[in-house]
Amino acid sequence: MEILLSISVGVLVAAAVYLMLARNVLRFIFGLILISNAANLVIFTSGRLTLGAPPLIEEGALLPPEGVANALPQALVLTAIVIGFGLFAFALILVYRAYTTLGTLYSDDMRVAEPRSEDAG
Amino acid sequence: MAQAPDRSTGALDYLVVRKIYGNKAPQSGSDETGDKMAQATGDGPKSNGILGPVPVLIPLAIFIWSLSFIGPVSNGEVVRLSYDWVPSLGISLSFLIDGLSLTFTLLISGIGALVMLYSNTYLAGHPQYGRFMLYLTSFMLAMLGLVLADNLISLFVFWELTTITSYLLIGFDNESAKSRRSALQALLLTGAGALALLAGLIILGVAAGTFEISEILAKGDEIRAHALYLPILILVLAGAFTKSAQFPFHFWLPNAMAAPTPVSAFLHSATMVKAGVYLMARLHPALSGTDVWMWTLTIFGAVTAVFASVLAFRQTDLKQVLAYTTLMALGTLTLFLAFDSGYAITAFTTFLITHSLYKAALFLMVGCIDHGTGTREADILGGLGRIMPFTAAAAALAALSMAGIPPFIGFIAKELMYAGAVEAATSPVFVASMALAANALMFAVAGIVAFKPFWRPGQPTPVEPHEAPWPMLAGPIILAVLGLIVGIAPGLIQGTLVTPTVAALLGSADEAKELKLWAGVNLPLFLSLGTFAIGFVLYVFHQPLRRTLAAIDARAPNFDRGWDRVLDGLKALAEFQTRLIQSGVLRRYIFITFATLFAAIGTTLYLRTDLPDLEGIEVLAPKQWAVVALIIAGTISVVLTRSRITAIAALGVVGIAVALIFIMYGAPDVAITQLLVETLVVVLVAIAMLSLPFLDKPGRHDHRPLDAVLALGVGTVTTITMLLVLQQPIDLRLTEYFEQTSWPEAFGRNIVNVILVDFRALDTFGEIAVVVVAALSAYALLRTTAKEAQ
Repeated sequence: MEILLSISVGVLVAAAVYLMLARNVLRFIFGLILISNAANLVIFTSGRLTLGAPPLIEEGALLPPEGVANALPQALVLTAIVIGFGLFAFALILVYRAYTTLGTLYSDDMRVAEPRSEDAG
Repeated sequence: MAQAPDRSTGALDYLVVRKIYGNKAPQSGSDETGDKMAQATGDGPKSNGILGPVPVLIPLAIFIWSLSFIGPVSNGEVVRLSYDWVPSLGISLSFLIDGLSLTFTLLISGIGALVMLYSNTYLAGHPQYGRFMLYLTSFMLAMLGLVLADNLISLFVFWELTTITSYLLIGFDNESAKSRRSALQALLLTGAGALALLAGLIILGVAAGTFEISEILAKGDEIRAHALYLPILILVLAGAFTKSAQFPFHFWLPNAMAAPTPVSAFLHSATMVKAGVYLMARLHPALSGTDVWMWTLTIFGAVTAVFASVLAFRQTDLKQVLAYTTLMALGTLTLFLAFDSGYAITAFTTFLITHSLYKAALFLMVGCIDHGTGTREADILGGLGRIMPFTAAAAALAALSMAGIPPFIGFIAKELMYAGAVEAATSPVFVASMALAANALMFAVAGIVAFKPFWRPGQPTPVEPHEAPWPMLAGPIILAVLGLIVGIAPGLIQGTLVTPTVAALLGSADEAKELKLWAGVNLPLFLSLGTFAIGFVLYVFHQPLRRTLAAIDARAPNFDRGWDRVLDGLKALAEFQTRLIQSGVLRRYIFITFATLFAAIGTTLYLRTDLPDLEGIEVLAPKQWAVVALIIAGTISVVLTRSRITAIAALGVVGIAVALIFIMYGAPDVAITQLLVETLVVVLVAIAMLSLPFLDKPGRHDHRPLDAVLALGVGTVTTITMLLVLQQPIDLRLTEYFEQTSWPEAFGRNIVNVILVDFRALDTFGEIAVVVVAALSAYALLRTTAKEAQ
């Protein structure tokens, strides 16, 4: 499964890079969502995969049973998901705001700060 | 910052400023700073208050203190003083007083005191006089540090301090574009040289195994035989030549005359420009004696000397004439440092002292003329001898020394130069003829500067001529008279300064030659007579000659304009580079970022590892295949679709498939979070879509083959990296720690939750803060949109 997931991550990253290079910033946002997912999978998989044993300690026990899933990457991924969401939400609002102000979704046409020389002249 | 109007063109520029603040009392209300200053000091607008006389005491005290070292130094002693500065790097704040540094110290502090006294009158009532004095005093202290430093790095620090203070002084009249340009030119040129010098000094220190100059000088043979000798020499000379304005770096010095005249007298004749000469003299025992040293210094020095004397002849502004004769002097000093015979070095030392005395006197004298008449144009000035008798006397004494007429010290210096030239081992004829040409031109220039303005008829000047006040006369008169006294009694400087300096350079006091007015009938004497004859002819015909030279010069390549072209080229290059790298196109930035990432990871993978081992593929259940298939199918749909709804749906599929993976592999908490977030993402995108246009403009497709290649490349290296990571053994110590302490220490049974809210609570707090900031920013963005819409 690790090999399959590695390939999935590769596919996700490739798609994300392609989308982030698009002219339309909405596609950039799609790329952002995909690359966040890819990053979460990378962290999760690096902690190794354990089928069906959540890291919980039973009532009365001091330690979790042998062979539970790795808890640390789970905690990291949880944080990463939330932060990724914050980033996504902000980026989406920024795109929305840019569209209402500039009237375009094409990053090439968003040149308020650095007008093209022919525009300026 | 607003651009000040350009009030350039030569002498007039400075005069405007000086007339406002210097000659007349500032009109009430004409200048706020001036008024304030006058009120603050309470004694009339023409005084500098306490700032006037007090700074003069500093160099005076140093001068008197330095005099106390003459005794020990003339006995051949070397005084050393050292403090640790950066001991780990072998850098110490150490100082050395031997003949060479003592000579320089006395010149700097002595001339410094006279120049400051002079400035107090010359710039009387100038609103920025305090600033001026601060710069001048800082410069002087830096210069003293430079000549006294016994550590290469401390020397360099002082060297750069002189560069910076000199920049501030040249650009003192900061409202003039010409001043600013000259200041920047001097800074860039000497700064670039200083960078080379720093590199040279570091290599020298490493090669010698010590940064202490006194220790390096003892290892001369070792350094000359070192493999890095040539790089050291080139880099150190680059610094020295730019600082001492050797051809072809000479052009900044005449431009530096934009500085107020006392500054020119101090920095650009007597002290700062001699820093390069000082450096060459200081390192003479370590670096000289090779053919490269000899020929480089001979050629650069000789070319500078002759080239500069010809150009000096061509000038009409007295200050410019003196600037070019300073270049000539620097060239001559360099020329004589090329050799290591006793005559050459004695000539070097004597001429160094002689030149400082007469050149500072002449500069100050030109300042007096400027002050008294309002012009420095040689063609206008004339007949001032009766009106300005003291200035005329000082000018005559200084100029006679410059022309090399007995019994002035200039004559002795010139005789020694000829003796040194004749003795030069390899090229006596070349060196002697160069010295002859330069000296003859000097003779003629002395006439132009100090004879014609006083004793030949001239034209009316802008201001009714009047004699300068005594504080301005003190400097030129004292310096010029000193030139006469030491000429008549050379013994005064022989044992005290000249012999110890020669000893510092050549290692033995016996090498020093005697300074004497009458050395008998010999070749140098005939050369002197020849100098007078040629010089006299040149003076008589100087006006037609000047016109011819001006015509030639107008057609010859101009270094100053060349400098502008170099700067323009640099700016154009920067603009081109900025346009190339900072295109302003977002996609290009992202492309470059990912391409760099790809290249970096790809190269590392290619160079360092084999491909991952794909052995041992486990048998997977259908649900596992299904989840992976969902991810890949969803991803491909997002990329290929042109429909927004399909894209949102496909993104949802990918997110839910990832959540399924979390569920399958024992991470229910993560899966729940992922599902919640994924739902929110889809909802948010869907809402945003309501007011956003379609993905592609009608009829336009989103096919980008180059981007696709890069994307596949980045994806591939990611997969390979991940496979390689997974082949490494995993270190579970941290996980085990959390498992063991989760219940006993934090009383939680869900280890993931315990990590989040207990062990890494601060992390979680940070995460919440990020979300809050994102939410607040989003709210702010939306609110302003709503306002605009109203």
